[in-house]
Amino acid sequence: MDSPLLTPGTGLIVWQAIIFILLVIFLGKFAWKPILSSLNERETSIQQALDQAEKAKLEMASLKADNEKLLREARDERDKILRDAREAASRFSEQAQAEARKSADRILEEAKAAIQIEKQAALRDVREQVATFSLQVAEKLMKKNLADDKSQKELINSYISDLKLN
Amino acid sequence: MKKPFVTAKNAIFTAFLFIFAITFRAAIAQEEPEPEFNTHQTVAEKEFNAGEVIIHHVLDDHIWHLWDGHGTLFLPIIVYSSEKGLDVFSSHHFYDEHHTIVEYNGYKLEHNHILLAESNKAVLDLSITKNVAMLFINATILILVFSAVGRAYKRNTGKAPKGLQSFIEPIIVFVRDEVVKPNISHHHEKFLPYLLTLFFFILFGNLLGLLPGAGNLTGNIAVTLVLAVFTFLITNFNGNKAYWSHILWTPGVPLPLRLVILPVEILGIFTKPISLTIRLFVAITAGHIVLLTLISLTFIFQSAAVGFGTSIVIVFINLIELLVAGIQAYVFTLFTALYIGMATEQHDHH
Repeated sequence: MDSPLLTPGTGLIVWQAIIFILLVIFLGKFAWKPILSSLNERETSIQQALDQAEKAKLEMASLKADNEKLLREARDERDKILRDAREAASRFSEQAQAEARKSADRILEEAKAAIQIEKQAALRDVREQVATFSLQVAEKLMKKNLADDKSQKELINSYISDLKLN
Repeated sequence: MKKPFVTAKNAIFTAFLFIFAITFRAAIAQEEPEPEFNTHQTVAEKEFNAGEVIIHHVLDDHIWHLWDGHGTLFLPIIVYSSEKGLDVFSSHHFYDEHHTIVEYNGYKLEHNHILLAESNKAVLDLSITKNVAMLFINATILILVFSAVGRAYKRNTGKAPKGLQSFIEPIIVFVRDEVVKPNISHHHEKFLPYLLTLFFFILFGNLLGLLPGAGNLTGNIAVTLVLAVFTFLITNFNGNKAYWSHILWTPGVPLPLRLVILPVEILGIFTKPISLTIRLFVAITAGHIVLLTLISLTFIFQSAAVGFGTSIVIVFINLIELLVAGIQAYVFTLFTALYIGMATEQHDHH
């Protein structure tokens, strides 16, 4: 069937081919190139901005984590220092108490020793005094008893006999 | 109800149009009846063949009939023949004052074909016909719109799109991201200018064709044929080794089968552009025929009530045609992208 509807016209084919090729060239240069490159540029810049935001978010998170870590460390450090101080204080006071007790004991000990020494010295003194008194008493007695020769002779004799005996 | 029948059963496009009107107006989407049509028909000649009128209106022409009276544009005739050389003259010379076709300067017009009057030999007709004029209008609109948008991108660098730019941008992004990118895996940027031009050429052509009085540009088989041939050429010139080896010596298939597949595959190269040609041409022309048929009903029944009724239907069909305009532009571009994608695909397997 030779329908005019189904028969492509030569002139229209020629014009269509020419115009379409020119359109592709012209639009390619003045429309698609700037449009597509701008679209690409915009898309890349949006992507970059998103990436940067994501990166910033991650950085913030890590920074926050770092801060928290630092804070935790500081808190730990403070706790440790406090604990140490408390321990040191208690140790110190215990030590001080022990030392005090020790020195008190020592003082007591020394006092006791001194007392002992004094006591002994006093006793010795007393003994010496008693001896001196006894001697004096004896001397006086002897002086009284040896007032005559007879008794002197008797005493001397007794001493001599004692000596002989030795 | 009177049914004056003048049958034209043989013609495929009139097979479903056994309906005739007394009067009928020229413009395609003209919805209101215009009873005073009979300028180049005698008033006595009341019967009018709607089929002929419809076919006439979806066909190309050397004149552009916008409205009756002085609403006809006589387009330039450009003809070349080895006998008479190149000739340029107005198509006005083919029509006398009664609008009947006459010979001019040794040329005659027969069924819209220009022949040499003496020898009846066809000449090379490069006339600015109605569709060529439509083509120029379409190209001009495309150039104006898209160079303005292109300039807007240069002017608004780093800024949000605005105006026409923001209207066109989503369509461009749609074509790029939904039509081209998924189908052409390898170097889609290389084919984008062609595919975008193709898409907008068809879209704008389809939409322009819906205007009252406009020519049926994208519903003309010559136009769709040229577009399909471009797709065919681009596809096959960019076909890689894998593409040709699949066609000529399909891998992974037993030898006797390869011999069977070979002619099928070679046929396939050509059926692709043929299907593209036919699909767009038929979709757009059929839409116009449906619209014109509905408009014809008013004149067939010569009833205002029918005119009112069909007008409502026509509005909806027109809306569908707007949809079809977009769909056909999408489909043509999609298939072109698909064919190019198949020809340039990198085959890692096999």
